[in-house]
Amino acid sequence: MNLNLNMIAFYTIVRKEVIRVLRIWIQTIVPPAITMTLYFVIFGNLIGSRVGVMGGYSYMQFIAPGIIMMSVITNSYGNVVSSFFGAKYGGHIEEMLVSPMSNATIILGHIAGGVLRGLLVGAMVTIIALSFTKLELKHPLITFSIVFLSSVVFAMAGFINALYAKKFDDIAIIPTFIITPLTYLGGVFYSINLLPDFWQFASKFNPILYMVNAFRYGILGTSDIDISYAYIVVCAFIVILFTLSFVLLKRGVGIRD
Amino acid sequence: MSALIIKNLAKTYANGFTALKGINLKVDVGGFYSLLGPNGAGKTTAIRIVCSLVEKSSGNIEVFGYNLATHPESVKMHIGMVPQEVNFNTFDTPLNILVNQAGFYGIKRSIALQRAKKYLGELKLWDKRDDISRTLSGGMKRRLMIARALIHEPELLILDEPTAGVDIEIRRSMWKFFKNINANGTTIILTTHYLEEAENLCRNVAIIDEGMIIEDTRMGELLRQLKQETFVLNLENELTEDPNLKGFTYSMMGENVLEILVDEDHGINDLFELLNKENIKVSSLRNKSNRLEELFMRLVDSKKDISEEHS
Ligand SMILES: Nc1ncnc2c1ncn2[C@@H]1O[C@H](COP(=O)(O)OP(=O)(O)OP(=O)(O)O)[C@@H](O)[C@H]1O
Ligand SMILES: [Mg+2]
Repeated sequence: MNLNLNMIAFYTIVRKEVIRVLRIWIQTIVPPAITMTLYFVIFGNLIGSRVGVMGGYSYMQFIAPGIIMMSVITNSYGNVVSSFFGAKYGGHIEEMLVSPMSNATIILGHIAGGVLRGLLVGAMVTIIALSFTKLELKHPLITFSIVFLSSVVFAMAGFINALYAKKFDDIAIIPTFIITPLTYLGGVFYSINLLPDFWQFASKFNPILYMVNAFRYGILGTSDIDISYAYIVVCAFIVILFTLSFVLLKRGVGIRD
Repeated sequence: MSALIIKNLAKTYANGFTALKGINLKVDVGGFYSLLGPNGAGKTTAIRIVCSLVEKSSGNIEVFGYNLATHPESVKMHIGMVPQEVNFNTFDTPLNILVNQAGFYGIKRSIALQRAKKYLGELKLWDKRDDISRTLSGGMKRRLMIARALIHEPELLILDEPTAGVDIEIRRSMWKFFKNINANGTTIILTTHYLEEAENLCRNVAIIDEGMIIEDTRMGELLRQLKQETFVLNLENELTEDPNLKGFTYSMMGENVLEILVDEDHGINDLFELLNKENIKVSSLRNKSNRLEELFMRLVDSKKDISEEHS
């Protein structure tokens, strides 16, 4: 593998992805800003004032990290799945397939694009959150590492979804039926300590719970789970999903007849 | 070394359809080859396998000595391909499309910009560089794909119907362009349904039908196989009676139009001698159809006859 060639190719994909995100900002940046503002207004302000304290913090403070994480996850996933499926659908994926860049570069370039969009939106939502409430940064390293790794996980998942997708409907199925429910059940809006035993136990199979709690721990210093599990879970997912995307791409699943 | 060697290449698609039944082809470095064949013959399939866009079922491909199975990067580096269908991002601009494509080949942005300028200029698209590609005309889209295929300056250029839907003037200028890059050392393989184009450009020709190569020879050789040709003669004066051209098969198509079959035994010189003797003045003369077209039809038909006999 020619390293220099692949570095330039990687940079080309990332640049292209970032320009795409900024060019269609009405579709990429504005919707999460509006939705997340509504979450803060409705759940944080209106309902939150009646909920009182959760996990030792005001409800607004408690949900802020979860909402930021939720926007990072959705946007990382959404960017890769729509951009890569779009390339498949429009045929310009062929521009990459005929080129000598490695499959790993194709994957990493799109992951990087998804992560950048996820983090960009995450930063924007953080600014919105700060206009509603005060947030500290108790453990910066944990905060940044966990948000980055979670973003990578969902960008990869989006890549695999795009490989399998045959029509536009197929890129909405996983977000609608898996990611959104898991996010809502992942402790964004509540501490799992409020749940009956069985559901507490069931929640522990939800990977998003670990991401949200580790992120909340990084910011507020409070968590329902052991933080080291969070790292194990996200790293395991990264290894599994990267291997899977690599194998699928090499076999040409969904892209080569 | 050859620019391209295809050995026993076969392809059966997932739906069970066998598009290629073991084809062999050898393309010399610097050559200009045409791959002809009716719709659905397997031309695009063969090209897409060579360019890593379709998975082969079996067989072997070598490009400039590199095996596609073991050295895909080197193979890809050597090939530039213009696909049959538009496959760039139609929401992007020609300049971006070219510079990004260069990036995928590891070419630095500064160099990519220079090359994009060169090729967009040569293909008369420089003025359109910042337009959304969707707004380009069909012929411009084809030229954009040609520029894109050249951006990494490949040694082997594969053109899948590059002039389909292109007007005559632009087609001629594209021919000149192809001849030029071929003269500068780029090996070219081209598929086309305009046989005049193949005859004009290519030195070698392979004809593929139903997934098999039924002819692979030099263009001159192929045309020499054509033992008979029909000419249409426009006459200066109306013919009032049968001209009595002994030895020739002919028919009067109108009062001053004659259709005459010229074969090996009775050449065109003999014909004119006779016409002079009969005092028939010819104002113009043309082939009834393109010579290659006639040959092509005959080859494809004869194969059909054979397979019908067998079935
Ligand atoms: N993805 C596919 N799945 C199944 N069959 C296919 C696929 N692609 C092509 N074919 C079939 O393979 C055969 C050869 O197609 P191909 O596109 O290679 O023909 P071609 O010679 O390029 O024709 P044309 O001159 O019309 O472009 C056709 O019968 C076509 O229907
Ligand atoms: Mg074709």
